[in-house]
Amino acid sequence: MEIVWDWFEWLNKAHGIKLTIFYDEWDRGRFLKGIWTTIHLSVVCILLSVFVGMTGAWLQMSRFVWIRRVVAGYIAFFRNTPPLVQLYFFYFAVDRTLAGFFDVKGGMMDSYGWAVISLSFFAGAFNTEIFRAGVEAVPKSTIEASEALGYTKFQIYRYITLPLAYRVCLPALNNNLINLVKTTTVAYAIAVPETLYISNQIWSDEYNVPEMMNVVWIVYLLLVGVLVFLMHRWEKHIKVPGFGQ
Amino acid sequence: MISPNTIKSGKTDLPVLLPFKLHGATRTASDYWTEIISNKSFVIFILAVLSLWMLIDSAFAQVTGNPDQTLWDTIVKWTPLMMFGPKGEFGGFVLNIVVSFIAMGLGTFLGLWLGIGQVSPNNLIRRVSWVTTQLFRNSPWLVLLFYFMLLLPFRVELFGVDYDIPGWTKATFALSLPIMANVSEIVRGAIESIPTGQWESSESLAFSRSQTLWRIILPQCVKRMIPPWMNWYCILTMSTPLISILGVSDGMTLTQDALAAEGRSEYLIPMYLWLMSWFFAYSYPIAAWTRRLENKFVIGKGVL
Repeated sequence: MEIVWDWFEWLNKAHGIKLTIFYDEWDRGRFLKGIWTTIHLSVVCILLSVFVGMTGAWLQMSRFVWIRRVVAGYIAFFRNTPPLVQLYFFYFAVDRTLAGFFDVKGGMMDSYGWAVISLSFFAGAFNTEIFRAGVEAVPKSTIEASEALGYTKFQIYRYITLPLAYRVCLPALNNNLINLVKTTTVAYAIAVPETLYISNQIWSDEYNVPEMMNVVWIVYLLLVGVLVFLMHRWEKHIKVPGFGQ
Repeated sequence: MISPNTIKSGKTDLPVLLPFKLHGATRTASDYWTEIISNKSFVIFILAVLSLWMLIDSAFAQVTGNPDQTLWDTIVKWTPLMMFGPKGEFGGFVLNIVVSFIAMGLGTFLGLWLGIGQVSPNNLIRRVSWVTTQLFRNSPWLVLLFYFMLLLPFRVELFGVDYDIPGWTKATFALSLPIMANVSEIVRGAIESIPTGQWESSESLAFSRSQTLWRIILPQCVKRMIPPWMNWYCILTMSTPLISILGVSDGMTLTQDALAAEGRSEYLIPMYLWLMSWFFAYSYPIAAWTRRLENKFVIGKGVL
């Protein structure tokens, strides 16, 4: 590895391409930590948003009109307001108000926590719609057949509807989750130390904006590329022949 | 007698000559507003919000210890700034909308060419278009914004005269790039969804390739492209506050400025909600309209 680091140091001295994240140990450390935070944040948000989406889709099938309306209102709100404003709303307004209400000093949660909540609810609203479309695509006769076999309502949802709906909505879901990973950059605005935020610190310290900008772009393309690849593999893997298309 | 004038105006007692009109074809965003407003549960919701408002408002005056300035007064005081920006300057929520218009126009124009490039018979053009599309489709909007805001010059010299480039134009350009890539995919998808028989029959009628594309294929694509295109417009509008991170004084920046000037945490939630409600009021009818169009075209697909 030393040779690689030395080569980048030579690149700076000889050509002025200043990639400190390769030869400066402190910069390398915090940059890797930033990438790790992005991955961490993305995975947590993906899991939570899928959970929110499943719950939302389940509640939308409720018998009670008001539950359905509340879910519809939630979807409409999060789909039609900007994610950045949502993030600020949670981090500045909700946090400050709750802290004032419970008399907690320094806020209820750190920026990372609020980023997770805000982004999960944002992506969860889209997931709810996606799952609902998937659930609606499950043939009624399949549900009736499982009813005849003595499944309870929850069991039908857990073992019959969801696994089938999952396969129908996977392409749309993947799209949304990839979008979610791209949206985690917004957490920059509330100082979550993810890749973009750390890079900003590095280029402010080292005055290497063009180099770092390209590095950040490539890092995100790689992250999104890996996710696209994995999702595509998964899509192929769980495909039920003859179902869906 | 039927005069040509009758046919033109469509006014006749012969039903067969009435202009053909698809059910729900001419609905516009304002129709959805009429529909929403005449909805009973919507009216109940608004009444509930209003009564809650009055309750909160009177409570607010007591909490803040300033009975002269209610929440309503604060909102009235700051709304012009949040909406139109500081006096003599261009900013506020209106700037968000203007940015979304220009970015969408530019993105659509570039994306159309890129999409056509993706189905080009020329190998090189096709590959370059594909790579460009994927590059901008898979990068985060905020990274693109940073990239072009920081790397584009803030001043250019043309024929010996210096021109300042305002930040918002650079931001608009940066926002148009992901739109370009996604429109490119929409165009490619739409062109590929047209049956190849259309290409073959126009070839047999001696149309050239560009004639086939522009006169036969693309006009058929328009209908399929409109719902996803409108969807992307909504997503773009929802992304415009990102420019506030880069120091453009849009609605988001000015709301934060107003909150900083007031310096009271009680105003945080209502003011943010107030700003959000503008975005909601702008985007929701478009989203509803898009959904309606989508449903209509899905049904139409089976018939056509």
